[in-house]
Amino acid sequence: MLIAKSLTAFGNYCLFLRRIFTVPDKGKVFLNRTIFEINKLGVDSIPLVMVISIFIGAVIAIQMQLNIASPLIPSYSVGLATRDIVLLEFSNSILCLILAGKVGSNIASEIGTMRVTEQIDALEIMGINSCNYLVLPKIIGFVLFMPVLVAFCIATSLFGGFAVAVFTDLITVSRYVYGLQAMFQEWYVWYGIIKSVFFAFIIASVSSYFGYYVRGGALEVGKASTNAVVNSSILILLLDVVLTKLLLQ
Amino acid sequence: MIEVKNVTKSFDDKTILHNVSTIFETGKTNLIIGQSGSGKTVLMKSVVGLVKPEEGEILFDGRDLLKMDTEQIKHLRKEIGMLFQGSALFDSETVLGNVMFPLTMFTSMTQGEIKDRAQFCLERVNLKGADNKYPSEISGGMQKRVAIARAIALNPKYLFCDEPNSGLDPKTSILIDELLSDITHEYNITTVINTHDMNSVLGIGENITFIKNGRREWVGDMKEIYKTSNEALNEFVFATDLFQKVKNYVIANEKLMP
Repeated sequence: MLIAKSLTAFGNYCLFLRRIFTVPDKGKVFLNRTIFEINKLGVDSIPLVMVISIFIGAVIAIQMQLNIASPLIPSYSVGLATRDIVLLEFSNSILCLILAGKVGSNIASEIGTMRVTEQIDALEIMGINSCNYLVLPKIIGFVLFMPVLVAFCIATSLFGGFAVAVFTDLITVSRYVYGLQAMFQEWYVWYGIIKSVFFAFIIASVSSYFGYYVRGGALEVGKASTNAVVNSSILILLLDVVLTKLLLQ
Repeated sequence: MIEVKNVTKSFDDKTILHNVSTIFETGKTNLIIGQSGSGKTVLMKSVVGLVKPEEGEILFDGRDLLKMDTEQIKHLRKEIGMLFQGSALFDSETVLGNVMFPLTMFTSMTQGEIKDRAQFCLERVNLKGADNKYPSEISGGMQKRVAIARAIALNPKYLFCDEPNSGLDPKTSILIDELLSDITHEYNITTVINTHDMNSVLGIGENITFIKNGRREWVGDMKEIYKTSNEALNEFVFATDLFQKVKNYVIANEKLMP
């Protein structure tokens, strides 16, 4: 029963994607809406990303120092480990799990409310492909802006670790900075960005799907919002395993 | 003219519309009336293509909606204006933005021309000075008028209204009815109104289709409704003492007949 339900939902999601990826009715309108969505979903998320990143970066640096303190391990390892954790997992997977909560619930509730107040029906009656008009700018906007959010996340996380070095005596600034530069692999940055782009697509499309097919009233919009976050998060974690296997091996 | 022929629609195992046939005439206010749950909303949604019936034909001036491909339906919908029960205005757009929306999407007019046309439509529905307000900042009656202005912006051939008077006070309801009737005659539109407001039925019902339990029970106009012997229709329209007295009074004074 659960398998049949999941397969049906997956089929509906594929049909939904097919309706989204069509040529927009008016290029200029699409462009304006995409810029609007970049601002709403992306730029507005920068403060949250920076606040979370700076604290998590600091905590990772402290944890590293406390847990790997050993005469056999060089002290610059704190900077190196902080950098690699941030590049490999935090700036993409964990960040996207956090954004699934903020952006995903925003998208699902916005589209869900439009559904229950018949605004989507109004678009359809006008002859507009509502999936394409409402969802495509969100997906394109969020996917395009996600690398910028990842860059902000990386920079502020590493700064958080740097702040620990400056304001505590756990590690010296020079050792931390040396650790950040030691054995640096550029591919890790690209790996994080590639993963985040996939995750951004999942957040925007899955949340839109749950919002678009809401039936009922305010209660159902709330449920759709929760389902959007839960399902996006699970899919992000699943895809994280697959992409890590594909990209790092 | 819109012809509905033998339309049947079911949801899961429950049949909502049974072989419904009726005609909505051009230049007239065509009303669909019936109790809640009788199937009138499903009938309207079937006619505009939001719901697909299993059987039947829906002919827009001879063009069968159910045999059209996506492109043809898209083209037809540019000839359709619709007023939803809750107005369905876009929250993120101002009053003017809402009326400009269909013009921006479907015409090659300049921004100035679009604005002029939108303001003309707003004036036509007697709504001035609310251009820059958002839907949440205006009353329900004003929202309905904005929705009517948006619906007529593209000069539609067909105008559909789903319970245009719901949630409005009687005076505003009459204003909305008069506005819809005026627009219908002025632009020679085929207007279809889904209602259970008896003031609308007796005030602007030029062609009335009565639906009961998913079946077309009666067709006529507001004049015939006073004299009908259809029991179900009588029970529905003249359900209150007040309307029963109005009926008796109008029948006794033939010259008051609409």
